Amino acid sequence: MDAPPAISIRGLRVDRGGRSVLPDIDLDVAAGSVTGLIGPSGSGKSTLMRAIVGVQIVAGGSVQVLGEPAGAAPLRRRVAYVTQSGSLYEDLSAAENVGYLARILGQSTEEARRALDLVGLSAEADRPVGRLSDGQRHRVSLAGALLGEFELLVLDEPTVGLDPLLRRELWELFDRLRDAGMTLLVSTHVLDEAGRCDEVVLLREGCVLATTTAAGLRRRTGTDDLDEAFVRLIERADAERE
Amino acid sequence: MSRRATLATARRLLEQLRRDPRTLALIIGVPLVLLGLLKLVFQGREHEFQQIAPPLLGIFPLTVMFLVTSVTMLRERTSGTLERLMTMPMSRGDLVAGYALAFALVAAVQGTVASGFAIVVLGLDVQGSTLALVALAVLNAELGMACGLGLSSLATTEFQAVQFMPAFILPQLLLCGLIVPRDQMAPGLEALSKILPMTYAYEGLADVAAGDGSGAAAAAAVTLGFCALALALGALTLRRRTA
Repeated sequence: MDAPPAISIRGLRVDRGGRSVLPDIDLDVAAGSVTGLIGPSGSGKSTLMRAIVGVQIVAGGSVQVLGEPAGAAPLRRRVAYVTQSGSLYEDLSAAENVGYLARILGQSTEEARRALDLVGLSAEADRPVGRLSDGQRHRVSLAGALLGEFELLVLDEPTVGLDPLLRRELWELFDRLRDAGMTLLVSTHVLDEAGRCDEVVLLREGCVLATTTAAGLRRRTGTDDLDEAFVRLIERADAERE
Repeated sequence: MSRRATLATARRLLEQLRRDPRTLALIIGVPLVLLGLLKLVFQGREHEFQQIAPPLLGIFPLTVMFLVTSVTMLRERTSGTLERLMTMPMSRGDLVAGYALAFALVAAVQGTVASGFAIVVLGLDVQGSTLALVALAVLNAELGMACGLGLSSLATTEFQAVQFMPAFILPQLLLCGLIVPRDQMAPGLEALSKILPMTYAYEGLADVAAGDGSGAAAAAAVTLGFCALALALGALTLRRRTA
């Protein structure tokens, strides 16, 4: 029998400013997988992630995470969330930023240093975050998610602004974390990264267009080009709607 | 409540202040400059200076701390750091307590330095207990800190937060008895002045300086009560979930 899904969403609705951002989402994310949440900007990726970590006001439906309702107090030690903006204190150094998160979790400064080492930022640990590049800032933020004993990492566009080499290193890190038993939900708008995921969830205008694998996506659309595959899926969905 | 999260937050805020010496210099320095200016304005009118300086010893730091804490907390909300903290093992009370702890330390330094400056350099003549005067000045700085946290949630931008300062401080300044004695105000205004924290700050400091220490403990208790109320409001108005 399969393990229960790490995330199970049924009928999730989110409204913002009188507009429906997520009209009706059903989604399961397998435990121990790297799942990519892929879609153009404005498709509702961040909102969906915010609902999963329990900081989004939802209008209806249920979101179960690791067997508990999203946002439940025990999940705050089990689920790590890295926002798209990075959520860092610009005036503090990388080590001080991660050190703060470590202390909240009851961990030591050494563990904060180790996390910075994992994302390849040891050399920049003492520089103020405000003076780091976008890619480096994202990695500082990611280091905060590598502390403690998190079981699920929710990462909002962690590879934005990274050069191809760093991007590959990060995806290798995600693989290692998955192999160590973690579940990762990673959003991206770069379709190439779909190929690195065990499973991809394609989101468009707040709706799940497809839940598949990169290979499945290629097979269904008859093209090797993932960008083209996404376009064909959209066209097909639009045709079905008419 | 998690003492760990509270202490971690207080430490982080102090680290941030240490990285921003200009802000720290303004927090400590602005009340001194204002008090010095007051002394010059009242040159040759020593009696009036002796009357007006003690209450302002509380009101200047109160104003500065109000601004600093409300903007700092607002920044926490708008930069996304609060959102991340709210997904971590930290209650809203932990966060507000961490703020209160860090800024209480700053307020204590600020209030002590300002009173010391007024007494030693400007020759403020305290008829009553000097210790009570310093304690009340510090408590007023703490009150500014607590009110800044309490009202921060009403502002959605830094512009708005800055506007809250005149909206919150100036009416109290008009009603506290500094400009017109309260017993000469219209009854409605006098009643209103009784529910405003600065009224008690003003009277406590003025009384102690004039040698009447009987009301100091009551003024301190009322100020502490307002602090607790404002901090509770700050914690209750923080939102874990947002739209």
